[in-house]
Amino acid sequence: MMDAADLAAIRLTLELAAVTTAILLVIGTPVAWWLARTRSVLKGAVGAVVALPLVLPPTVIGFYLLLLMGPHGPVGQLTQALGLGLLPFSFAGLVVGSVFYSLPFVVQPLQQAFEAIGERPLEVAATLRAGALDTFFSVVLPLARPGFVTAAVLGFAHTVGEFGVVLMIGGNIPEKTRVVSVQIYDHVEALEYAQAHWLSAGMVAFSFLVLFLLYSRKRGGMR
Amino acid sequence: MRPAAAAVEGSGAGIEARFRLAWSGFALDAALQLPGRGVSALFGHSGSGKTTLLRCLAGLERATDGYLAVRGEVWQDDACGVYVPTHRRPLGYVFQEASLFPHLSVRRNLEFGLKRVAAAERRVSLDHAIALLGIEPLLERMPERLSGGERQRVAIARALATSPRLLLMDEPLAALDARRKAEILPYLERLHGELDMPVVYVSHAPEEVARLADHVVLLRDGRVLASGAIDEVMPRLDLPFAHDEEAFVVVDALVAGRDERFALTRLEFAGLPLWITGLDAPLGAQVRARVLARDVSLALAERHDSSILNVLPARVVSLDDASPGRTLVRLDVAGRALLARITTRSAVQMGIAPGMSLFAQVKGVALLR
Repeated sequence: MMDAADLAAIRLTLELAAVTTAILLVIGTPVAWWLARTRSVLKGAVGAVVALPLVLPPTVIGFYLLLLMGPHGPVGQLTQALGLGLLPFSFAGLVVGSVFYSLPFVVQPLQQAFEAIGERPLEVAATLRAGALDTFFSVVLPLARPGFVTAAVLGFAHTVGEFGVVLMIGGNIPEKTRVVSVQIYDHVEALEYAQAHWLSAGMVAFSFLVLFLLYSRKRGGMR
Repeated sequence: MRPAAAAVEGSGAGIEARFRLAWSGFALDAALQLPGRGVSALFGHSGSGKTTLLRCLAGLERATDGYLAVRGEVWQDDACGVYVPTHRRPLGYVFQEASLFPHLSVRRNLEFGLKRVAAAERRVSLDHAIALLGIEPLLERMPERLSGGERQRVAIARALATSPRLLLMDEPLAALDARRKAEILPYLERLHGELDMPVVYVSHAPEEVARLADHVVLLRDGRVLASGAIDEVMPRLDLPFAHDEEAFVVVDALVAGRDERFALTRLEFAGLPLWITGLDAPLGAQVRARVLARDVSLALAERHDSSILNVLPARVVSLDDASPGRTLVRLDVAGRALLARITTRSAVQMGIAPGMSLFAQVKGVALLR
């Protein structure tokens, strides 16, 4: 059965995923909108940076974030100067790492949703007196709703499944940075297979359920 | 085309536009004056630039060197750095294909533009727009549950509900089959009669132009080939209209009388009677009819021994060889233009020449509206 440490890890994981998803939706929306609409030469470069976490080993992301946020890194010096202390081995640090790690899972579905809307609804809105921001909220957001659901679900689920980045920058501090994946690792290391099973099977069930709901959603419900 | 001086005089009430725009493989270089009321048709083949010109009027396409004034209000003047973005222009735009917002019901689609217009500027009420397009029964439906024709009617009503000072329509019937077209045309004609707003209508279908337009702009390769009142432009022998297989002139006339016994209606055309079959048009109505060039034959003397009902005294204005063996004759009937297409042999044997007086025998007149 699960013990208190397991439950704490689950709670921490859900908190991390929720905060990360919320931040990613806020940051990812303008980035995805820009990527979907721009004709800038920078589009390729920005798109590639967003997609990097898909191919890089999490340890690489974790390593560079550790350097950046560490006492001698520029971000670390900034956070220290602001009196925030250092981010590595803190929940805030985990959030920063997770935001990078899950970025493509939020940006890409949003970008596809925005691209699918096309130019026409925006032009129609303009001929009906709606300015750019007005159009974004009254036309783009509702039409891209399926894309937002996909982005939120994938961002959340992917953050729940994070391991390498957490290990690199968060370590293994109970109730602060010890998420489910790390807890499973600890159980296995300690040969506590029964407890590892509970958590692992829980992860499998959760992931399957989320993806099942996502993929069996009615296609084209809105458009 | 009218002389420039007259256009400047009238620019306060009309639409004055000048756009230059160059893309790879296409350039638009158009200057035109349109009347401030009635329907102006932008006519031309695909690729002639008519949709691009319309989009420039709307501000959806940004001409680099442009000028646009609508009824005295400047919307674009690149020489002075003036450019009013689309959403600040009091215009209505009807796109070629269905453009309703799929996430909003018909009613909320209609309200989308309306609620963004200041109350003081609302001249067309929502109820009026709904009634004009006959869409009352559709209000609670979602766009996906409408037919193509219904969607276009809602789109037109949605544009009208913003009380536009200029209504732009980009081939609103092109995506519809003949039946749907016939369903919408009467509504468009009603707009024309009931609302005082200039309409610019893009079309490549001569029948639509003939039914709806008062003013025609003929475009080719991004340039204005001709611009003028429909009854001036259509009969011009130097333009492609007259050389079409189905070439015709439109005749705006008054319903002056009827012959119940033979089911005929008498139109008054240039002070002369023009009989049409049927009793559909009410007395006193202003109607528009079409006379095909191939339905007009010529005679040197007024004959009463043929079955042809309409014989009008005419004067030959000019001639042009239409195609091998066929000659187009432009006629003047008491100041109004008519086209006749006859064989070149007849033209030669009859000695037809400009200035000659003769009789036009009109075999068919079709009522357009």
